[in-house]
Amino acid sequence: MPEDLQHDVLIVGAGLAGMRAAIAARAGGADTAIISKVHPVRSHSNAAQGGINAALLDRGDDWEDHAYDTIKGSDFLGDQDAIEVMCRQAGASLIDMEHMGVTFNRDDEGRLGTRAFGGQRRARTFFVGDFTGQALLHVMFEQLIKSGVQRYEEWFVTSLIMEEGRAAGVIALEIRTGELCVIRAKTVIFATGGCGRLFEPSTNALIVTGDGMGLIYNAGGQLMDMEMVQYHPTTLAGSGVLISEAARGEGAYLRDKDGNRFMEKYAPNMMELASRDVVSRAEQTEINGGNGVDGCVYLDCTHLGEALIMEKLIQIREIGIDLAGVDMIKEPIPIRPGMHYIMGGIKTDVNGLTNLSGVYAAGECANVSVHGGNRLGANSLLDTIVFGERAGNHASDAVRNTGFADFDANAALAQERRRIQEMLDRPENGDRWGAIRKDMGDSMNRNVAVFRNEEGIQETLGDLHDLRRRYENVPVQNKGKTFNTDLIFALELGYMLDCADTIAVGALERRESRGAQFRVDYPERNDEEWLHHIVLTKGDGGPQVSELPVVITKWTPEERKY
Amino acid sequence: MDVTIRVKRQDPEAGDERRLPYWQDYPVTIADNATVLDALIQIREDDDGTLSLRCSCRSAICGSCAVRINGHAGLACKTIANTVVQDGVIAVEPAGVMPVVKDLVVNFDLFWEKIEAVDPYLKHMGQEPEGEYIVSNEAMLHLSGVTACIMCGACVSDCTVLEVDPTFLGPAALAKAYRFTADPRDGDAEGVSMERLWALSEPTGIWDCTRCNECVQACPKGVAPMDRIMAMREQAIQAGYDNNNGARHTDAFTESVGHSGRLDELRLPIKSVGMMNLPALMDYMPVAFRAMRRGKMPPIAHKNVENVDAVRRIFARTQPEPEAAKVSNNSPFG
Ligand SMILES: Cc1cc2nc3c(=O)[nH]c(=O)nc-3n(C[C@H](O)[C@H](O)[C@H](O)COP(=O)(O)OP(=O)(O)OC[C@H]3O[C@@H](n4cnc5c(N)ncnc54)[C@H](O)[C@@H]3O)c2cc1C
Ligand code: SF4
Ligand code: SF4
Ligand code: FES
Repeated sequence: MPEDLQHDVLIVGAGLAGMRAAIAARAGGADTAIISKVHPVRSHSNAAQGGINAALLDRGDDWEDHAYDTIKGSDFLGDQDAIEVMCRQAGASLIDMEHMGVTFNRDDEGRLGTRAFGGQRRARTFFVGDFTGQALLHVMFEQLIKSGVQRYEEWFVTSLIMEEGRAAGVIALEIRTGELCVIRAKTVIFATGGCGRLFEPSTNALIVTGDGMGLIYNAGGQLMDMEMVQYHPTTLAGSGVLISEAARGEGAYLRDKDGNRFMEKYAPNMMELASRDVVSRAEQTEINGGNGVDGCVYLDCTHLGEALIMEKLIQIREIGIDLAGVDMIKEPIPIRPGMHYIMGGIKTDVNGLTNLSGVYAAGECANVSVHGGNRLGANSLLDTIVFGERAGNHASDAVRNTGFADFDANAALAQERRRIQEMLDRPENGDRWGAIRKDMGDSMNRNVAVFRNEEGIQETLGDLHDLRRRYENVPVQNKGKTFNTDLIFALELGYMLDCADTIAVGALERRESRGAQFRVDYPERNDEEWLHHIVLTKGDGGPQVSELPVVITKWTPEERKY
Repeated sequence: MDVTIRVKRQDPEAGDERRLPYWQDYPVTIADNATVLDALIQIREDDDGTLSLRCSCRSAICGSCAVRINGHAGLACKTIANTVVQDGVIAVEPAGVMPVVKDLVVNFDLFWEKIEAVDPYLKHMGQEPEGEYIVSNEAMLHLSGVTACIMCGACVSDCTVLEVDPTFLGPAALAKAYRFTADPRDGDAEGVSMERLWALSEPTGIWDCTRCNECVQACPKGVAPMDRIMAMREQAIQAGYDNNNGARHTDAFTESVGHSGRLDELRLPIKSVGMMNLPALMDYMPVAFRAMRRGKMPPIAHKNVENVDAVRRIFARTQPEPEAAKVSNNSPFG
């Protein structure tokens, strides 16, 4: 392996945020490379079904309206300066994507068509059938090919190297050969996505394991609002696979076991299209109150008609048939709230810069704080594109007058090799990573879910403590070098445990109910004491808590009603 | 359900005969509605960590898990195990055409080289509009049938030409090319992608396909690569690129590949009506085509023969406009 892999800007993660950042950095003239543990088009961004929000001014929409809906959706925990940046930029970013080739659905005049989405007073969600994320991701990959960015595909980053207080590069494992390498970089942008797999079940793909958050946390970075975990209102029982909000956006109803549209009680105006935290809580309340069937309520699309479903909801109909054996044209689908997204993540400013010099983050792993306590549907794709681009631009500017940090690559490599060899050399008798992950997922889903209380969170913290012990002995059965997924899962589990700790500690700390955090023991929102972000950094005994103010520009916090 | 998953394995690093392909049996107990992928994951998590495979989304969207199940390419996560058990066994092999890296993991380099070879990005000649391009919803919906491709490689795995001629661009890359030649935003002001059609008409391109239909069978997303290739032949002919080297190359090739004789029966009526209408057919007959794609029909030769009548009926019903065969990208219907 060549010793001297080096790039001005190195992007870790090739989902939408990562590829957008790479294209921007390359366009800015920097020698740019992107590294991803799966081929870019396998990234989890392709799972997004519903769409992407933007207020297009020529359609009579107003970015301030979008900003207000986002802020209200966030339960006033989102930073308003960042939300302004995102909503102002949305229209231009959307048109950029269309020019790149995304096949957005159109209206009768051949212009971009919209659908309604939750928590917004206007239909401003642009979409490609019900596979918007895939459509965007593949087009972004086309542009990546065109841009000439160097790609390291199926390389797994195992650590971030900091030297003299700034980014120096990463250590990565080439999965196909099993070689460990140092890649030097002047700036590193993390775009590693969420951490959904530390819950069980989750709508997230198996690769969504919080690596970037874990890597940055371990290097001294700040995580913020980690307690804010979104449970999506419509996931399939069993597998936990998502049925997109697009279904409700197109007019589907939620019904209890007797066929009642129970959202009347919880959000008489917005009904099924209230924000996700509100709908998920309503469902869980009904289920707990005995108005569900087998832990589920129903999503009813039967009145939408076959034609509409076949044009706009084909893929989710197929998922229903394949995984639940239910054809939504004919019958309501049993659904329940399921873990879906993390609003929290690596704390950044509006340019993606973290508290570590030369280290950036964008996309779901980051927290610029546009989602606050609850993300609106279709705002996440927008977040990846807007802040991916900004991070790429900023990083490529930043490298112009800086050199590479000087460090002993061989020593760093030797140390990492020892760490991994130690894992491979462990005796075979410990619990397998699969069992540990499952126990973690169950515990999180039991106690750090839609409804939380101190006792439950404490229990999970205890569980996590034990799980970490077990993790220290987790064996790696596969001793080979070639495509050793066993080793990779074992490494990922470490990042997941780090994220789980911060989520549980954040949830325990916030003694109020706001957005996705609902504390049964503190059921009210309490702006006086808790209108601030909770920041977590790594300390000796686990996550250390501090706080940061919420940025409020012109929208004063008020009570949230839908 | 109790079932034996029989996995074809191979470990290039092994010092013994495991360097060469061998079969290993894994008896598992799985839920009745479990997919083949669920079974493989269970093996990997609970039983044998040395088994390597790619997977991520579990819902047929990431394109990671294409393998051969009982000899046919498909997605492990989209195949319900109890629909493919034969005498208590499900045989799982790595995808074909691409070389094995380890166990069920194959090397996709060849796949991606071919994708890159078709210049896979929109090329609009002329000024970009200030706002979005104004195009019909039908045109976009039609393209969605192709952009639904998840790059899983199932079609490439089972392509009868690629098996013997690695220079062929192959079904996935050609379907990708069609995604641009049929895009009203690509090419000149009329949406005609002349340069692409010229390049695609060269040897290794659209005329090298033997129309064996394997890619249509294998594709888990209904992309129907062969139909897209046929549509591009029509586009190329309209653009004036016919009877060239490429076309003659195909004729020779067709003879050398066994599959095609019977299949031409199927292609003939289609050809006589005009390939550009195939997408329209798919819209008209989603059920029949879905059934075909989901492998609910008997093996290939019979299948085509059995379906000829259905296909003829569909064609009769769609009543093509005289200009149907023209390269017009504004609507999938001609
Ligand atoms: C089922 C589902 C539906 C959704 N629908 C919508 C929707 O309709 N609208 C919307 O706005 N949002 C939606 N979302 C959310 C949205 O899709 C995601 O938040 C967003 O796509 C995340 O993009 P990303 O670029 O940040 O990360 P990802 O796309 O997850 O990419 C992460 C990248 O990091 C790489 N990586 C991770 N760890 C490592 C490592 N250690 N080494 C190297 N590489 C690494 C991965 O390989 C991958 O390339 C949905 C999410 C889900 C799960
Ligand atoms: S129809 Fe053509 S492209 Fe498809 S598998 Fe057969 S030869 Fe290959
Ligand atoms: S055309 Fe179908 S089979 Fe081929 S790569 Fe695309 S999705 Fe897979
Ligand atoms: S796991 Fe993603 S396609 Fe099968």
